[in-house]
Amino acid sequence: MRGYAGKFLEVDLSSGDVKEVRFPEEVLRDYIGGRGLAAKVLWDRLGDHWEEIDPLGEENMLTVFAGPLTGYFPGGRVCISGKSPQSNGITGSTMGGEFGVELRCAGYDGLIITGRAERPVYLLITDEGCEIRDASHLWGLGSIELLKRLNREVREELEHRHPRRREWREPAVIHIGPAGEKLIRVAAVVGKYSHAGGYGGYGAVMGSKNLKAIAVKGTGPLPEPAHPERVYELIDRVCQLCFASDMLRRWGTGYLGYEVGYSLSSEPVRNWQEEWHDRREYGVDRFERRLWVKRYWADFGCPTSCLKLATIRVGPYKGAITDNPDYELQAYLGTNLGIFDPEANAYLSALVDELGFCGIQTGNLLGFTAELYQRGIITEEDLGFKLEWGDADAFAKLLHLILSREGIGDILAEGTYRAALKISEMKGVDALRYAVVAKGIGIGAHGIRSGRDYPAIHSYCCSVQGGDHTSIAYTPINELRSELTTILHDSGVYCMFNIYPPGVLDLLWDFFTAVRGWKLDPEEWYSTQARRIIHIQRAALLLGGPDVRWRPWIDDVNPPRFYEPLPTGPWRGKAPEKGEVEEAVKRYYNEIGWDERGIPKSEELRRLGLESVDRKLEEIR
Amino acid sequence: MSVEGPIWIMRDYAKCSGCRRCEIACSLHHEGRIWPEASRIRVFMLVPGLEVPHLCAQCDNPACVEACPVGAISIDEKLKRVVVDKDKCTGCGACVDACPGRVPHIHPTENYALICDLCDGDPQCVKVCQEGRWNCLYVVRRDPSVSYDLYAKRPEEVTRELAILLLGEKGEEVI
Ligand code: SF4
Ligand code: SF4
Ligand code: SF4
Repeated sequence: MRGYAGKFLEVDLSSGDVKEVRFPEEVLRDYIGGRGLAAKVLWDRLGDHWEEIDPLGEENMLTVFAGPLTGYFPGGRVCISGKSPQSNGITGSTMGGEFGVELRCAGYDGLIITGRAERPVYLLITDEGCEIRDASHLWGLGSIELLKRLNREVREELEHRHPRRREWREPAVIHIGPAGEKLIRVAAVVGKYSHAGGYGGYGAVMGSKNLKAIAVKGTGPLPEPAHPERVYELIDRVCQLCFASDMLRRWGTGYLGYEVGYSLSSEPVRNWQEEWHDRREYGVDRFERRLWVKRYWADFGCPTSCLKLATIRVGPYKGAITDNPDYELQAYLGTNLGIFDPEANAYLSALVDELGFCGIQTGNLLGFTAELYQRGIITEEDLGFKLEWGDADAFAKLLHLILSREGIGDILAEGTYRAALKISEMKGVDALRYAVVAKGIGIGAHGIRSGRDYPAIHSYCCSVQGGDHTSIAYTPINELRSELTTILHDSGVYCMFNIYPPGVLDLLWDFFTAVRGWKLDPEEWYSTQARRIIHIQRAALLLGGPDVRWRPWIDDVNPPRFYEPLPTGPWRGKAPEKGEVEEAVKRYYNEIGWDERGIPKSEELRRLGLESVDRKLEEIR
Repeated sequence: MSVEGPIWIMRDYAKCSGCRRCEIACSLHHEGRIWPEASRIRVFMLVPGLEVPHLCAQCDNPACVEACPVGAISIDEKLKRVVVDKDKCTGCGACVDACPGRVPHIHPTENYALICDLCDGDPQCVKVCQEGRWNCLYVVRRDPSVSYDLYAKRPEEVTRELAILLLGEKGEEVI
């Protein structure tokens, strides 16, 4: 078996036991790693009573998996998963950085974390294995101070253990901020200040386990690939193709800000009441001139460097540090809150990073709250302050209110969807009308109403990761933007941005084959391997959890807002018809092997050897 | 690299993207594997965004050479670099302690110190850094009027300077 370290670490935080586990070759061959393998492991261990498991309870698991291409395919990432406290399904949430690479250099392909520690702890993983260490001195810290202290502590420890190696580098760290500690459902797993595994809400899962951080330092090489020379050649070819494609390199995803807002008219503005704006002063060039102190910032092996280090140098928000902000956060912590000022946007972005909130989910929640305020459903009395569109200081206050879990803050801490249910009940209104979510997950900043952006009208309705804009349902299912393709990236665990330059996708299958030795065939991928993974994710989603379940078919809808005609912009008046969405959903079901209610078909599951999924789904058929 | 005479690798830390393609190139060249910890250039990221490519300064008066108790490090006058004799080196680490930048590090699995050998005059790390147009590393002709010893700095020191340079006053808080 090539391309894998071959070992995984399983850590039981309740008992303190640590052991090494291995998976049979066929499991790795078919489920690859990252998201695919996480779905498989979660199903095998928890599937038979999935609906009973509280995502924030002791029984849930957190998986932190690299993939066989991590470190090889340019742009290193790691994939976080578990039962999601947002959707009650399985979300593969990937984040950039060196963590996956370090893990593989330490000799492991991933971590399976179970149980719950009695006191705050962090994990230290090295070539020698894993140690559970006290983190009471780190609990409560935001990202900057945490990384500062943890880097120092771990380097001293390693130098003490291995004086011979002398100057140790810092470990790769993933961690949670106060948001995760407070089990806030929009908390992210954070890395490198501004990198986040946000979709799914796994920051809260880490918090529920009393797990503040995971630090890893490996000293070995990457696991030997099957055909090394071919792999090195492919790395070079992918890099050359990326170098030839300049847009992301020059501007990061930030260039989409003006583009998606003005030209495509699909950017959330004031909680999606509009999807268009013409605020030239909010263009990416303004961010560049006013904020960027490093134009090219990259994760392991990446030729694209779409990140840009940004800091505010003057004015009331001076000192805030973040990246770009990228398109999603320009939108969600900017336009979606009525903010069209780069400094105010970067300030909120830095605050969210520091406190460990997911910028997308949190921006969705803040916008939702502000609309309720605009409509008088939530009042100054509820909040203790005014919450007007565009007021970054008020939104910062709101973040702290959520973090305090006091009063309405406690309700909002449960995320947009659950807060909407509760507020509807409290205030006797239908607050779900203003919740722009799919399956409990806030929808990424790419709307469907203008019909000009990449998601289709059924993309969010049918996605097994709800509102995740990186993983959308798409017809035909073997297309580049289809979820089945994203599953490949999330399972190989590398950055999908480096797939976009023309020509790369053609090399991808070969890349997998060169690293692993097993031939990866596109036809087989779309008809069998990817299907298994998506069916497991779909099954978990439909089985749901103790608090929320999704009704087959009935809940495969767009949020109400997406049926309201766009009020402004070049596509004013446009919105999809319900009937046309329903038809697209049905077509998708049919193409992917789900029945007319969206439940994976029995014969399809049996064809793929997923008998246990089939049996379990009998309960809801 | 069309530079006459002995070369030196200039480093402009503020431009480092942190891509680590230099580590990939260095370890592939010397070890035949992608092996970040066996790379002669290691990018430190003590603070995210302030990446510091750490490599030998090829000092005019190399403290490492003096410090080695078995005489395993010598100066190659032709290429103006220090050279570790793998067979003589015992991996004791005296060179690391003597180097003002704590640049050498002991190979993760072998018993000798790793120091940049300038790839015999064709630095692989520079190649990829240039190819990526990051321009953090570039080759210059060694200039007798420059004191290269001053580039032997610890990653902490460089990070601190970089923090102030890029982040201003806030930089004092982050490291
Ligand atoms: S190749 Fe250049 S930009 Fe990339 S990490 Fe190395 S020195 Fe920095
Ligand atoms: S930088 Fe350190 S290792 Fe390099 S020549 Fe100077 S003293 Fe020796
Ligand atoms: S010049 Fe060669 S040996 Fe020195 S750091 Fe660069 S790649 Fe490594």
